[in-house]
Amino acid sequence: MSDTPRNIGAFVRHDQIPESPPPASETGIVGWVRQNLFSNVFNSILTLLALYFIYNLMADFLPWFFGGVWRAESIRDCRDILDGARGGCFAVLSERWHQLIFGIAYPQEAYWRPLLAFVLLFVAAAPVLFSDLNRKLLGFTAIYPFLAFWLIWGGTILNPVFGFLGFVVAYIVFDRLSHISFAISAIGGVVGAIVTWFVGGMIAAAVPELLALEAVPSRDMGGFMLNMILGTVCVSLSVPIGILLALGRQSDMPIIKIICVVFIEFVRGVPLITLLFVANVVLAYFLPPGTNFDLILRVIIMITFFSAAYIAEVIRGGLAALPRGQYEAADSLGLDYPQAMRLIILPQALKISIPGIVNVAVGLFKDTTLVSIISMFDLVGVIRGPILASTEWNGVYWELWGFAALLFFVVCFGISQYSQWLERKLATDHR
Amino acid sequence: MADGAAEKSVANQEEVNMKKSVILGAVTIASLSAGAAVAGTLDDVKARGKLNCGVTTGLVGFAAPDANGEWEGFDVAVCRAVATAVLGDPTAVEFVPTTGKTRFTALASGEIDMLARNTTWTFSRDVDLKFEFVGINYYDGQGFMVPKELGVTSAKDLDGATVCIQTGTTTELNLADFFRANNISYEPVPIETNAEAQPLYLDGACDVYTTDASGLAATRAAFENPADHVVLPEIISKEPLGPLVRHGDHEWGDVVRWSLNSMIAAEELGVTSVNVAELAGGTDNPEINRLLGTEGTLGEMLGLEADWAKNIIMNIGNYGEVFESNIGEATPIGLARGLNAQWTDGGLLYSPPFR
Repeated sequence: MSDTPRNIGAFVRHDQIPESPPPASETGIVGWVRQNLFSNVFNSILTLLALYFIYNLMADFLPWFFGGVWRAESIRDCRDILDGARGGCFAVLSERWHQLIFGIAYPQEAYWRPLLAFVLLFVAAAPVLFSDLNRKLLGFTAIYPFLAFWLIWGGTILNPVFGFLGFVVAYIVFDRLSHISFAISAIGGVVGAIVTWFVGGMIAAAVPELLALEAVPSRDMGGFMLNMILGTVCVSLSVPIGILLALGRQSDMPIIKIICVVFIEFVRGVPLITLLFVANVVLAYFLPPGTNFDLILRVIIMITFFSAAYIAEVIRGGLAALPRGQYEAADSLGLDYPQAMRLIILPQALKISIPGIVNVAVGLFKDTTLVSIISMFDLVGVIRGPILASTEWNGVYWELWGFAALLFFVVCFGISQYSQWLERKLATDHR
Repeated sequence: MADGAAEKSVANQEEVNMKKSVILGAVTIASLSAGAAVAGTLDDVKARGKLNCGVTTGLVGFAAPDANGEWEGFDVAVCRAVATAVLGDPTAVEFVPTTGKTRFTALASGEIDMLARNTTWTFSRDVDLKFEFVGINYYDGQGFMVPKELGVTSAKDLDGATVCIQTGTTTELNLADFFRANNISYEPVPIETNAEAQPLYLDGACDVYTTDASGLAATRAAFENPADHVVLPEIISKEPLGPLVRHGDHEWGDVVRWSLNSMIAAEELGVTSVNVAELAGGTDNPEINRLLGTEGTLGEMLGLEADWAKNIIMNIGNYGEVFESNIGEATPIGLARGLNAQWTDGGLLYSPPFR
């Protein structure tokens, strides 16, 4: 027994081994491939199968895409140029792109107008979508719908100006009367707006040339522009309406509750295409002959109803997911109903509902192609109707539908990416 | 069968629904317009300065807008002819694209003044739906297309063939009738649209493709090697296509009817867009003179200018010229005149005399 260490010739290291790089087979591309693609026999087989599949796909696709013809008069011309070689007939895109984007009848010299409206859409949407931006930009967002209407439809600038003024008047009247009672001020606001629009309409009719752009009738809207108009307008209208419906459905007031439940259940129980047929065909029978109730407006109303009902149910899911304690906490703070909703309940419920709302929005945007069934020339309608029925391009399928799919994919993927970013930004739970 | 078989597929259902809505609509319209004097369509069009003409959303050779958005085609020419007769301007037309489902309501509700949309003239459409077919601008019928290498020369040789056919249509019923009457068998390959049929047929999923003869010709024209396919001589159904107007406005119906007839008569009388100016100076043929308005008061009887028919032929051309430039043998569609030749050439075109 001794406390001196026995000398057993053991090696004791006093300094640390310098870090050496991991083995070559575990790093870089090789390591990644080994770990992810060939980690075991089964995965290796799958990898090889996938590679074979991709190769076949690309061997078909790449020559078709890069060998494509971009300048030709017709599909027969394309075939002459290709002379048996493999390649797409993309000439249809270069000759008819303007019809695919703007529809067949929108005046060509006015293409800058919807284009400008499209660019400004991002400016207007930015402060809504990104809360870090200067709040003053919201002023532009408020003006934007009227500006875009003027740009796309044309006509005198007085129409959108008075449209905007109507809302301003309604707000001022509502604000002035709000100390009396909610109902009276709301009615006052509506009356104020209607009077403004009526007077404005007469003034605008008197001077139709003031700052007028060439007027384009709704019938001439088409192409992807029509899908964008319908999608943007209907989504932005149906979210607030959906919130109101969802709250109404939870209301204690029986009449409001019944109205909301009946509306939601009725609209959800009917296919969108039926509503569109009603808008297009059936309404024509019930309006006096000669009435011109704008078709796009009818379609916007129907699509908005439809998506509002769905969004209401999504938001109701969010409301139901909140613990009861949140409602009670709001009550215990002495907040009244609007305050409780605005400050406590809705911020949380809407956050939960984001994926659902985006899902509806993306679905709705793609559903706008259904208007081709009621003979409106949206992107799908233009392809199915005028372009595939022209003597020049009858028989070109992949190029056209691929282009349409690409446009829709870009927009829908963009929406989905934004929503994921928003979810990450709003994630306040500790997971 | 008029714009593919598709439209008839829904016809039964549609017509049942339509009856209901027509009744409802008629009541509504009647109550709304009670008291208000109903002006004739002719006066409406003149006052508006534009003709609202319903066309298809697109059918090769019959109606489609070109790269500049200008509508052209065989049916479109009828619209332009009426606009020329009434307003003197072939471009004074607002083309309203309609689908098989929306066309009749568009006409009944007054959204359009006339419909020139390769619509088959049938009993129930004429009588029950309260429309008036004013004539026939194209005699169509259901036909068969087969690859040449099959060596088939008659539809009766098709025993045991697989047939691509649009489902739920009268083409399907016509086909069943035809094969049963000839006591031969076939196997249907159901397809939804003409666009779907094209690649299926080319890939050999079916031996035969059947639809309207004009549709077959247009489909064949889009093939890479049209010469490898033949359209069989048998036509197994009657599909008279023509423009139509609402029941009850006979003055307007007359204008559309005689605008079409003037083009047919002009071809029979040898009046073309080239020689019309010269013939309008006066000829020895009194019927040509009456047609072109240098003799008699035919235009006045219709409520039009005396030179209404001359304007049609000058701006649009006679029936033969319109046929040749849109769907005739010089075009990629390459339809022969067939039944659509003048009665003097063994066809069915027969305009009543201009007298």
